[in-house]
Amino acid sequence: MTTLLTILFDGVAYGMLLFVLSSGLAVTLGLMNFVNLAHGAFAMAGGYICAVLVNKSGVPFFVALPMAFIASALIGIVMEQTLYKHLYHRSPLDQVLFTIGLVFMAVTVVDYMMGSSQIFIHLPAMLEGQFNIFGVGVGRYRLMIIVICGLLTLGIQLTLANTRFGSRLRAAVDDPRAASGLGINVPQVFALTFAFGSGLAGLGGALGAEILGLDPYFPLKFMIYFLIVVTVGGSQTITGPFLASLLLGIADVAGKYYVPKLGAFVIYTVMIVILIWRPNGLFGRVAQR
Amino acid sequence: MFIRRNTLLQTAAAGLLLGASAFAVQAQDTVKIGLIVPMTGGQASTGKQIDNAVKLYMQQHGDTVAGKKIEVILKDDAAVPDNTKRLAQELIVNDKVNIIAGFGVTPAAFAAAPLATQAKVPEVVMAAGTSVITEKSPYIVRTSFTLGQSSTIIGDWAVKNGIKKVATLTSDYAPGHDALKFFKDHFTAGGGQIVEEVKVPLANPDFAPFLQRMKDAKPDAMFVFVPAGQGGNFMKQYAERGLDKSGIKVIGPGDVMDDDLLNGMGDSALGAVTAHIYSAAHPSQVNKDFVAAYKKAYNQRPGFMAVGGYDGIHLIYAALQKTGGKADGDSLIAAMKGMAWESPRGPISIDPETRDIVQNVYIRKVEKVDGELYNVEFETFKDVKDPGKTKK
Repeated sequence: MTTLLTILFDGVAYGMLLFVLSSGLAVTLGLMNFVNLAHGAFAMAGGYICAVLVNKSGVPFFVALPMAFIASALIGIVMEQTLYKHLYHRSPLDQVLFTIGLVFMAVTVVDYMMGSSQIFIHLPAMLEGQFNIFGVGVGRYRLMIIVICGLLTLGIQLTLANTRFGSRLRAAVDDPRAASGLGINVPQVFALTFAFGSGLAGLGGALGAEILGLDPYFPLKFMIYFLIVVTVGGSQTITGPFLASLLLGIADVAGKYYVPKLGAFVIYTVMIVILIWRPNGLFGRVAQR
Repeated sequence: MFIRRNTLLQTAAAGLLLGASAFAVQAQDTVKIGLIVPMTGGQASTGKQIDNAVKLYMQQHGDTVAGKKIEVILKDDAAVPDNTKRLAQELIVNDKVNIIAGFGVTPAAFAAAPLATQAKVPEVVMAAGTSVITEKSPYIVRTSFTLGQSSTIIGDWAVKNGIKKVATLTSDYAPGHDALKFFKDHFTAGGGQIVEEVKVPLANPDFAPFLQRMKDAKPDAMFVFVPAGQGGNFMKQYAERGLDKSGIKVIGPGDVMDDDLLNGMGDSALGAVTAHIYSAAHPSQVNKDFVAAYKKAYNQRPGFMAVGGYDGIHLIYAALQKTGGKADGDSLIAAMKGMAWESPRGPISIDPETRDIVQNVYIRKVEKVDGELYNVEFETFKDVKDPGKTKK
């Protein structure tokens, strides 16, 4: 019983991490209709920035995390203004080719600058190890992930649903022409959204380095996971990818624990079954245009 | 216009002549080595270490042997066998190299083997560790190690040291299977029991569920083989889950505790016992000098891949010395067979029958020395041959 709870806990932590990593992609793909395969590159940037700050400059881990968010968001906004902006109206194929090219460039640049071996972020001692709650082993680091990611999810959901910026964003996506006619600065809204999505990815990369490992191939290795989360969750809402991440995280961890021989396939099986059952994803609506 | 063309022609002709004469000089007095290693991609650290070690050796020993100038041509195959084959062919046909060397992964060494046989060019394997490689061509010589060498020894050691129940966690790819098979054979033959066997997918982001399974199996120790790059991640999660405190030791072949990464793993790696062919802490003068020179030149610690490269280039130098500069494949291979010398890892030799390396395997424990983590050797198994071949 306690083992089951430990597995559940690990699964939730893993799922939360997947969510923070992919939520930015859900935003660009779902809300802005832009296929950004280079999403993982922003996550990697955040991870490396955090690692350099903590390991080389001695910045405390909890200060480095928001800095990783801000730095990735800044990179995002620069890229959006210089490169991405010009591709919003191009066909998805152009977008895919362009962003996959960016991924390869990012991989090479990081390999050149940081070397190809895995790097680790030196964690404060308080985050290491496990403690027991009624016999259930709870990893401190994973607990922290759950707390941070839970708060973030709540924040994103509230921002999108209840703030003026959220309604502007939704308006800009649904009908850019009408929105700009109403005085909404559509390019600015898109730029901010893109930056926020990139920042989230960067934060996810920094948080995930400990669990997923961080090397220059990160964007390629995890691209498939991001895409699974977004396809399974459906890309129109934020709750969709959130529940999909949790489901996949738990299925992945439990699958690997109970049937280690099949472990790696469980996540794909879940994806296939869900997509056969609901081709637009768990919470996807039928395409409206 | 006419004049201009004329001068162009003349320059071209002069250039051709120069080129031809330069080539003639080269063909006589130069021995060319084509070094094919992964310098980019996931295996890049292997290639960089080998390249560094070769350069270091040539700095220390000069670039002439037996009157011949040694020229190394470095090529990057990114550990993709198709590239290896193409590059080896280009090197042999166009650059007329006398020796091909390097080979970061097993498939790369396989890809070049038929070319070595056809062209009668020695292939010096400096990294790849699958047992059968040296059987793929009579021109292959190995200066790295085989997985069997370390995995059988750790199996024997575990039995002797009161470890009875072991759970295994190995990566699901050829070297992982090799390591598991050799370990299991020796460990169970000695009376040990495998209580849990888990194969982890190679591209595995999170070890958590597998480690939980290990913990619940309550073994005396867990046998681990994951590719060098994942070792650090693995040890961190091992400690996070409290397996160190529940008394489950980590044992395995030494790849997991590569010197290259060891110091970055943090204190969770302390106490892990592995069997391997090289530790940067090996207490010999030769090794101390080697480590000091390597650190000075590249500002990092040499790992076992660097030693494989260092010994590989040494073998080539020594063979040339023995043949008096004769650089054809058959003479070189004949000279290399049975060659013995002291490497930074300890005394090693080339088995005259199998052309594979014979070396000591050391049992080491991760300890803190001067504030840094090192594999400290405490037991030696002398002159271990590759068990994949001695069986026959």
